[in-house]
Amino acid sequence: MELFDLSIRELHSKLKSKEVSSVEATGAMLARIESVEPQIGSFITVTPGQAMADAEAADKRIASGEMDLLTGIPLALKDIFLTEGIRTTCGSRILSNFVPPYSATAYEKLKEQGVVLLGKLNQDEFAMGSSNESSAFGMVRNPWDTTRIPGGSSGGSASAVAARQATATLGTDTGGSIRQPASHCGCVGLKPTYGRVSRYGVIAYASSLDQVGPLTRDVTDCAIMLGALAGHDPKDSTSVNTPVPDYAAALTGDVKGLRIGLPKEYFIEGLDPDVQTAMSQAIETYRRMGAEFVDISLPHTDYAVATYYLIATAEASSNLARYDGVRFGHRAEEAANLLDMYVKSRSQGFGVEVKRRIMIGTYALSSGYYDAYYVKAQKVRTLIMRDFIRAFEGVDVILTPVAPTPAFKIGEKVNDPLQMYLSDIFTIPVNLAGTCALSVPAGFSADGLPIGLQLIGKPFGEETILRAAHAFEQATEWHTRKAVI
Amino acid sequence: MKYQPVIGLEVHVQLKTESKIFCGCSTAFGSQPNSQTCPVCLGLPGALPVLNKKVVEFAIKAGLSTNCSITPRSIFARKNYFYPDLPKGYQISQFEDPVCQHGWLDIQVEGQETKRIGITRIHMEEDAGKLVHGDVSGLEEGSGVDLNRACTPLLEVVSEPDLRSSDEAVAYLKQLHQIVTWLGICDGNMEEGSFRCDANVSVMPVGAEKLGTRAEIKNVNSFKFVKLAIEYEIQRQIDLIEDGGTVVQETRLFDPNSGKTRSMRGKEEAHDYRYFPDPDLVPLVIDADWIERTRSGLPELPEQRRQRFMTEWALSAYDADVLTASRELADYFESCVALQANAKAVSNWIMGEITRSLNDSGTTIDSCPVTPRLLVELLKLIEGGTISGKIAKTVFDEMWRSGKQPSAIVQEQGLVQVSDSGAIEAIIDEILAREAGQVQEYRSGKDKLFGFFVGQVMKASKGKANPAVVNELLLGKLKG
Repeated sequence: MELFDLSIRELHSKLKSKEVSSVEATGAMLARIESVEPQIGSFITVTPGQAMADAEAADKRIASGEMDLLTGIPLALKDIFLTEGIRTTCGSRILSNFVPPYSATAYEKLKEQGVVLLGKLNQDEFAMGSSNESSAFGMVRNPWDTTRIPGGSSGGSASAVAARQATATLGTDTGGSIRQPASHCGCVGLKPTYGRVSRYGVIAYASSLDQVGPLTRDVTDCAIMLGALAGHDPKDSTSVNTPVPDYAAALTGDVKGLRIGLPKEYFIEGLDPDVQTAMSQAIETYRRMGAEFVDISLPHTDYAVATYYLIATAEASSNLARYDGVRFGHRAEEAANLLDMYVKSRSQGFGVEVKRRIMIGTYALSSGYYDAYYVKAQKVRTLIMRDFIRAFEGVDVILTPVAPTPAFKIGEKVNDPLQMYLSDIFTIPVNLAGTCALSVPAGFSADGLPIGLQLIGKPFGEETILRAAHAFEQATEWHTRKAVI
Repeated sequence: MKYQPVIGLEVHVQLKTESKIFCGCSTAFGSQPNSQTCPVCLGLPGALPVLNKKVVEFAIKAGLSTNCSITPRSIFARKNYFYPDLPKGYQISQFEDPVCQHGWLDIQVEGQETKRIGITRIHMEEDAGKLVHGDVSGLEEGSGVDLNRACTPLLEVVSEPDLRSSDEAVAYLKQLHQIVTWLGICDGNMEEGSFRCDANVSVMPVGAEKLGTRAEIKNVNSFKFVKLAIEYEIQRQIDLIEDGGTVVQETRLFDPNSGKTRSMRGKEEAHDYRYFPDPDLVPLVIDADWIERTRSGLPELPEQRRQRFMTEWALSAYDADVLTASRELADYFESCVALQANAKAVSNWIMGEITRSLNDSGTTIDSCPVTPRLLVELLKLIEGGTISGKIAKTVFDEMWRSGKQPSAIVQEQGLVQVSDSGAIEAIIDEILAREAGQVQEYRSGKDKLFGFFVGQVMKASKGKANPAVVNELLLGKLKG
């Protein structure tokens, strides 16, 4: 077992017992990044200097006996998290020179525990995409099959965990951007309940949907990371002030009597047969462990993708207005006047998918169309929320596939936005409802591609889905397989 | 044809909070450009707004003082447009469900009945920054952006189109100005832009029901300019219609130098602001308890105080009006009467000598060197006959200059009034002897000369003779 193979929990115990130092673990991780990065492309920026300084500080802290669970653990962040003094691009040319003067709360919380920052991870531009192909800094390849996409938008966050380039990573999930790449790369990815983790210092895509979450080797690590990230932040008005439970303590392995809902709308014709098989096996596994299954309905599921692409794009069209070349970021040279400067800077700075979404969103908010699109979408969003509230009256957890297919080929959907959008069909409703869900490895396709299982919980019901996922992990060996690079 | 102007006003009131509406930066005016900024008001990626509760409290105060209902659950919205002084590319404002709605103010224009002007809404919003051109602030060329003002809290007070003349518009504006300064939520400084106004003006034939097409006039930042701009615009529209033209809906800019308005942008160039609820801010819930707490903390408002001055101190409507022009002035008056001074006398002195001296020296009542205690002491000297009213003015000027006590000044300069009839008689005798001819004329019926004799006596006594005693003795002597 190499140092870069260790999970947070495993590395923590070795650091604690002084069997290894953080400097050694970090060194091993940096070497691993260097060796596999040409094949994968997980990172936009690697920060070896920062990493070694962090590791040395962590070792001192460990020596002084003031150790937290994440002290000395080498992590990497999606390049959507602001890191003071370290370039933050959000995968966009428009921010290719942006060095932020402050850090995201999520990163600050990790720093308090003494983590090691390895670098900033590749992603779809402004988190808009499901394949990581829209990054201005090149695509990311799936460690299980480098001809395939890793998923998106947190593609680098998932590939880095799968390729063992970081012990764990942070991503963001607006419509599935943590869970879908986690599923495609065979790692655990959690989208917490909206308001559970601060969004301060996280570059906004769609503010009412964006949520920060971890991608990890296993469920235990996921619980540890959530415990570090969760909590009220006075700088984020939408963060919720409810107590943070001990998530790791919730991992009892016991799912006896757990009522699991199976929404008929998610088990549809056209679901990839390998995904279908993985779901059936997972259901069987849970049954053996004593869980009960209930057929449920989430009747407005069909409208979720359309609703999402109105609300998310409307918010994005406004959120991305600040990239105007005036105060930071890319400014076009040789502009004739102010308008020309705006048009050129934004035309040059944004990629195709971002422009497409800004235009859709601008249209949806325009006078004369607002009621028909934005207002209508908000009403449907309420109906989708109610679907979940009603469903959770009878079940504790909802089980679904994460994505209709395993990872697709690079370039396969890049010219067909609608097909691309449909790859998030099972994850989007969760963001619209604002509740929590995770992806946990649940099998492999005939081609050897990972398949993830989605467990959806009640709002602030992270303990329950973590417990259910952990029990599943105990009963299976999917999470122990490693991508061979 | 006769035309009826119809006017509605949108007033931006800059709130006097210590910190900005959505971040902790200072709102102080006049600092180095961009020295009062942070990720939030710079609109940096990832920054999020957090509402300043003080702004809400001020908004509730303004709403309660203008007879508005306070919206129990109000929403912040984004107003989207591009401009370099707008860092986020949108302004956080309120659109649907503003914090205050359905209020009114009663205004008084001289020679008219009191008139009630509706207030449609009051909403909270953030200000933009400002552009700096040319070689100011160390800028060598081109334009720069100063974001110190960005995110400064504003209230926008929107009136109904109930105003019918420039005088009504000015009366409404002055009253609103008085209320917000009285409440202490705005410094009222129009030059610095703390209180600024846009006017919507249209005209229609008298008796018509359908309103004419309106023009919005921007940049009218003094009471005088409001009057000028509205009057110019009314006449422009009437002339246009009379010449067979039609008024187009547009935004016009008032030029204080020419006194004219000119077109800034037409309807087709009007922005589509794409308002939508700001997902970064949760709905603002104001419960009854918060409203009541704010209400009980409100000061007595100018109108209530005006009424009380009339009933409690038997002042005329005119006096009460002047004394309640500002909260500080009214407080000054009440401090004086609390020291047992005669209310009418205090009122006369405030409206006379004090106002004159304040104007001459360019100071305000809160830094008046003659404190209520000193003024009352002076009034008591007059009342007790120690000095005459005329001498009192001399003493007052000296008090203003030196800040000394009036009794000390009277002592030092020997200004004590002479009431001793013997001394005054001696002066009178001397005058009458000297002016024998005039005495003759008086006695033969020229009564008007009495004033002449009084003047001579006062002059000879250097103003110190008690005028009442002089009158009495003089009358007796002249009768012969």
